[in-house]
Amino acid sequence: MSAIFKREMLSYFTGAIGYVFIAVFLALTGGVFGICTLFMGKESSVSMFFIAMLFIYSIIVPLLTMKSFSEERKTRTEQLLLTSPVSLTGMVMGKFFSAYAMFAGSFVISCVNFYTLFRYGTPNVAVLVSYCVGILLIGAAYVAIGLFISALTENQLIAAIATIGTLIVMLVISFVNQYIDFYPVRFVLSWISIYSRFSNFTFGILDISSLLYYFSICFVFLFLTVRVYEKRRWA
Amino acid sequence: MIRIENLVKRYGKKYALDSISLDISKGEVIGFLGPNGAGKSTTMNIITGYLSATSGNVYIDGIDLLSDPQTVKTMIGYLPEQPPLYVDMTVREYLNFVFDLKKCTYSRKKHIDEICSVVKIADVQNRVIRNLSKGYKQRVGIAQALVGNPPIIIFDEPTVGLDPKEIIEIRSLIRKLGEKHTVILSTHILSEVQVVCDRIIIIDSGRIIADKPTEELARVAGTNKKYNVKISGPLREVLSMLKEHPGVKSAEATGENDNGTYTFILETDANTDIRRSLFSALTEYNWPMMGLEEINASLEDIFISIVDSKYESEKSSEGTRASWDDADEEI
Repeated sequence: MSAIFKREMLSYFTGAIGYVFIAVFLALTGGVFGICTLFMGKESSVSMFFIAMLFIYSIIVPLLTMKSFSEERKTRTEQLLLTSPVSLTGMVMGKFFSAYAMFAGSFVISCVNFYTLFRYGTPNVAVLVSYCVGILLIGAAYVAIGLFISALTENQLIAAIATIGTLIVMLVISFVNQYIDFYPVRFVLSWISIYSRFSNFTFGILDISSLLYYFSICFVFLFLTVRVYEKRRWA
Repeated sequence: MIRIENLVKRYGKKYALDSISLDISKGEVIGFLGPNGAGKSTTMNIITGYLSATSGNVYIDGIDLLSDPQTVKTMIGYLPEQPPLYVDMTVREYLNFVFDLKKCTYSRKKHIDEICSVVKIADVQNRVIRNLSKGYKQRVGIAQALVGNPPIIIFDEPTVGLDPKEIIEIRSLIRKLGEKHTVILSTHILSEVQVVCDRIIIIDSGRIIADKPTEELARVAGTNKKYNVKISGPLREVLSMLKEHPGVKSAEATGENDNGTYTFILETDANTDIRRSLFSALTEYNWPMMGLEEINASLEDIFISIVDSKYESEKSSEGTRASWDDADEEI
């Protein structure tokens, strides 16, 4: 697993994708932070910023995951991984941690933006921290979903677009859900809505059920990725 | 070393492998021979654990592949048809990665240096794989298979797409590896296995149709000799003269080249060499010989012969010997 993790990290930085990701990530975070927080008055409220970021992450996280498995499949390098003494789980986790390290690393760097809040305002620290925890968890779920979709196709572009589409739908569902009268549908949709779980973090609460929800999304999609490989072997 | 029992791989209703059984002992160099789509790669992919069989068992050194895949995978080095190279890495980085991936316990630098010198890639170690020629990429692929010094090495069509010089080098490399490792090699080029392998296994449509030591198969293939002769002269007279020439079993005209030069295919016994006598005979008639070459047996011919001989032996218990044809060697 560590070998795959190292190789993935290396490949992010030998190609352009790692630098492009970090640059785009920081530029967008900075820009949105400026618009949503600094120009909005004296409230030091970060809720608008984080909601906007949820959408932005759903567009840039697929940059990290799109080629994880699709490229391996296209260039047949997966044959090396699958015939090496590495378990499927090890392979998937290696890829997951490397993509997640990129995301989490960039996010941590982007936290310097918050310095301005402390310097010129009085932010609610509890809210800020719980938002950050929430974002890190959602990021893990995003990466897991992206990896799963990448394992389904040989084409990076399809993987990226499908991931963006899936993530946006999962976000928007909670807004649509308000207009649905039929309870069972609303109940089911609320389960796949990433956003509805996020609202708890808004109040500065580290809600166990939300934590569990994001962990299970992660687990389910990584498990499904392993299954995709398992099934392909038997097909 | 490798035991395969009744291996079946089915895709839907199509059988890619139809009950293959094999026993390969330590130190053998085995050639898998067969046309494209015969099941060579499928067999190799199953042995290496890339694919799973529909039914049947694979034992490597007595260990069941399915019960302990991790251990088995450390014992096999595999070069698939398309070398699994990360083209954005340098050769050295890539081999280091494979070293970690295979969880080797040797001294890293020494081991990789050794491999680089064996496959002769020491001079390109620090180059990015993307920029290497096809031949070098293939060597890096071989190097990858050697990392961890596995007792079994499997090559899937290692010489496809290489230039003649590279082909010869890679073949001699494989022969050298065969001294210390058990090697399985697949190809559709007959002469390749004849040069490199101790034992030849011919696969067609997912079945093993022949499993013989190389010399035996070569002998079977060489029952008759064929020549391709170009002669400048009147077609009909030349043909009748060729047919009556001592030693010639059959002659046939296959085409006209340029002004008055015709191509003939002659068939003779394996033991008779008609080249000298034919040359002097033609000089007598003053029909210049424009070209003469011996044609080696091709894989297709051996197939046909083997299938024929099976059919014949099934048909009559007398065991009429099928005639073995020779024709173009495929390269």
